[in-house]
Amino acid sequence: MNELDELYQEILLDHYRRPHNFGELADADGEADGHNPLCGDRVHVQVKLDGDRLAEVRFQGSGCAISTASASMMTDAVRGRSRAEAAALFDRFHDLVTGSGAGGGEESLGELAALGGVRQFPMRVKCATLAWHTLRAALVGGGEAVSTEAPT
Amino acid sequence: MAIGTANPEAAAALDFAALRREFPLLDRAAAAGRPLVYLDSAATTQKPRAVLDAERDFYERCYGAIARGVYRLSAEATALYEAARGKAARFLGAAAADEVVFVRGTTEAINLVAASWGRANLGPGDEILLTGLEHHSNIVPWQLAAAATGARIVVAPIDDRGEVPLEGVARALGSGRVRMAAVAHVSNALGTVLPVAEITRLAHAAGALVLVDGAQSAPRMPIDVAALGCDFFAFSGHKIYGPNGVGVLWGRRQLLAAMPPYQGGGGMIEEVRFERTTYAPPPQRFEAGTPAGPQAHALGVALEWLAAKDLAAVAAHEEALARGAAERLAALAGVRLIGTPRARAGVVSFVVEGAHAHDVGTVLDAAGVAVRAGHHCAQPAMRAFGVPATARASFGIHNGGDDVDALVAAVERACRILVR
Repeated sequence: MNELDELYQEILLDHYRRPHNFGELADADGEADGHNPLCGDRVHVQVKLDGDRLAEVRFQGSGCAISTASASMMTDAVRGRSRAEAAALFDRFHDLVTGSGAGGGEESLGELAALGGVRQFPMRVKCATLAWHTLRAALVGGGEAVSTEAPT
Repeated sequence: MAIGTANPEAAAALDFAALRREFPLLDRAAAAGRPLVYLDSAATTQKPRAVLDAERDFYERCYGAIARGVYRLSAEATALYEAARGKAARFLGAAAADEVVFVRGTTEAINLVAASWGRANLGPGDEILLTGLEHHSNIVPWQLAAAATGARIVVAPIDDRGEVPLEGVARALGSGRVRMAAVAHVSNALGTVLPVAEITRLAHAAGALVLVDGAQSAPRMPIDVAALGCDFFAFSGHKIYGPNGVGVLWGRRQLLAAMPPYQGGGGMIEEVRFERTTYAPPPQRFEAGTPAGPQAHALGVALEWLAAKDLAAVAAHEEALARGAAERLAALAGVRLIGTPRARAGVVSFVVEGAHAHDVGTVLDAAGVAVRAGHHCAQPAMRAFGVPATARASFGIHNGGDDVDALVAAVERACRILVR
């Protein structure tokens, strides 16, 4: 599989064209905006909690195939997980798309592993992680918008 | 070979393949078997060997402080710096070299006029006229000036083609309050060539001055500020085959002479006392700090290098490439041109329906085709077309029909991969 085919896998393009959990969530317990000022991608992530668990996560916004598909897959992947489990999943996902960490954890990532092709395209890592950073902000609260260009 | 002639037939004969070999970066990529189809000259141009050599030569032969030493090196460096000023003046058709101010680039040039002329001449109720397709660097400096003076921004809108109809300009000028019209000569986002000579006539008749953002026109067409009739003209070195970090502001002598300093520092003063400082005349008044001698010198060489190619031929060559690319891209299913101006310079913006510009850019990059994907620092123009971003191919003097072929093939591939 060449780099491009690995990046734009059918499953990723499916999520891009028909994103899951897209739309507004009534009575959300947390929400945040994410913005990539360099490319204009915007995402709004909302979370409904059940105790410590993420009962439902929905998103809105517009972006490229990578950022939209990543947001869509994320909303599926974190549903039902505890905050700590969601944070740990983000860490493993981050390692996957940046090509850092020990690697090898792709089985445990499920569908998210389809975004592994991003590591060949360093310019696109921010697209893949925007929704995840925004989810983290939604869980922490405080109402600060996330920017990929802000110092973290 | 027709290079250097003033023959109108020269466009067809412009030997882009030979020109390409003058660019070490492009030449090396080709030699390494990975030809680079560089279609981002509107963002920044590659550098020909003559320019790289000129900058290096300055450091190796006569590097010293400019206008600050009694030693021979300093005198030689100063002479080269001032010679570059003369070259820039000739390139623009300016009346005199002292109407040329060296700045860091177009952005600084516009900031200089907005801050210096703006704060001295604008007041509450005054208006600054912009067009709907301006680059952020010809919007934000004026917003800063407006905020500081109580003036306000008015906009001549763009139409469906991405042109700026003169009626809109005339309507805005009709308020009688416009003091400055700041307009792009060529839109960096859409490729539109604006009728700046006509806009200037209308603006002057309404009592407004005119600043022309020439960042995209100076590399692509012959410039004659006297014929344009404008009051200020700005362009960047790095977009015209010259070095980074240097650019030109041209202004009418009487206007520059009446303007207060922009930045304070060494080199721009006549006499400094703690009680009161008097300032040098233009252009030195606006060149605080140690001048960028090697860069200005290399910019002068770039301007001579470009002018020797016959700018009318260069303009025709790049326009033909852009028109050919526009026609062939528009013919692809799922591709929509953003901006279809009747007067177009070497820039084409497009979107692939159902795909984001960044994904298109990534697929093109994989084919060795470098285009810009994004909002091109022209978000109001993007908004007018209802798109967040476009892919933009922009042509330079080294591009040829083979580059258009590669672009079209890569866009077809992007359609196949992204819009299945």
